[in-house]
Amino acid sequence: MFSLSDKKLGQDIVSKIKKEKIKAKFMHVCGTHQDTIVKHGLDSLLKKCDISISQGPGCPVCVTTPLEIEKMLLLTRNGAIVTSFGDMINVPGEYKSLGDMKAEGYDVRTVYGIEDAVKIAYENPSKDVVFMGVGFETTAPATAATIISNPPKNFSIFCCHRTMPYALKAILDIGELKLDGLIEPGHVSTIIGIKPYEFISKDYGIPQVIAGFEPIDILMGCWMLIKQIKQGKAFVENEYKRVVHQEGNIKAQKILNEVFEPCDMKWRGFPIIAKSGLKIKKKFECFDASVKFEDNLKDLENKELLEPEGCLCGELLRGLVSPFDCPLFGQACKPETPVGPCMVSAEGSCNIEYRYSEK
Amino acid sequence: MCLAIPGKVVEIESNKDHAIVDYGEGTKRKANICLVDVKIGDYVLVHAGFAIEVLNKKEAKETIALFREMLSFEEVK
Repeated sequence: MFSLSDKKLGQDIVSKIKKEKIKAKFMHVCGTHQDTIVKHGLDSLLKKCDISISQGPGCPVCVTTPLEIEKMLLLTRNGAIVTSFGDMINVPGEYKSLGDMKAEGYDVRTVYGIEDAVKIAYENPSKDVVFMGVGFETTAPATAATIISNPPKNFSIFCCHRTMPYALKAILDIGELKLDGLIEPGHVSTIIGIKPYEFISKDYGIPQVIAGFEPIDILMGCWMLIKQIKQGKAFVENEYKRVVHQEGNIKAQKILNEVFEPCDMKWRGFPIIAKSGLKIKKKFECFDASVKFEDNLKDLENKELLEPEGCLCGELLRGLVSPFDCPLFGQACKPETPVGPCMVSAEGSCNIEYRYSEK
Repeated sequence: MCLAIPGKVVEIESNKDHAIVDYGEGTKRKANICLVDVKIGDYVLVHAGFAIEVLNKKEAKETIALFREMLSFEEVK
């Protein structure tokens, strides 16, 4: 269904890129992009054209902090039914994951989407049911829509939703690596459109292309970036026009604005990033688990939590290293025994490299 | 996480909140459609049980041709 498969076109794009002889470092921020890149060997193909491409903080499960996970472990211990997406449940906090708690007999449930969690709340009226809401702008509208649909009172959301543009700004402000172009995530952009990225090109002089998820989309995205570099331009282009509209999904944006307000938020591997999180507005605080369980959670608030020893997930999320630079990769850290989140999540760089490597 | 799967809307429930989406090869699932305006026959992108956008069929069919055109006519100056 709508797959873009054209080998000759792919080859033509690559030779066009090669012909320009421009050495460039690109970053994308999407696990699905990373999957396409590694699965189809686009990284090595582009390397031959002097282009390197790495995944930044584009995996919502990976950037969720150990503190957020520890808070969910605490609510589980206190008797709540905690629900979330499969990958999230398997990321360890300081010592254990929600999955480990489930194995110990606590009520932790994997859901496909938030509506499954609401159903669990209806079926268990005497229990608190908490949905750990992770995800970027693609996922947050579903959470917002569920909140305004007036779910049962025993249902609440622990909101870990984060937004992308200010995380990109943080990467550039930290200044650890010099980037020549950004490939923006197609499905985040489906919701937010083009405008929220524009300040990045304007303030930092960096070309940006919103790209789809087929190999042709990624290659075309790289070509469009190369073209901007060659022409000395920096603006936001849309390669994924078959899905992303200039203005985004306005209906989803309205629901997001009704329910959430921006807040400062810590990302794994980063300091607190201003305006990079979504907080449930006061009007809907009866569905906000951080308010509902404030008394239970406050003891954790100032706790210093250790990152797993030797784990390079933080550096990886800032685009500084590749999975192969981590001494734990494929040794102590494997999908069945993950040390850091990037090996747990199907969207994490380490998990993707491990899956497609010939181990 | 931001993976979204395209499918065809084959039925809209009477409450208008949900639709049955056909993903091909016999896979049909219910999706919430409150974030989009859809009618039967539209193709939608579904993420975590919610349709997040309607696909532009014309644009999708012309993508390859459009890319070819961009490659042949847009010489970098």
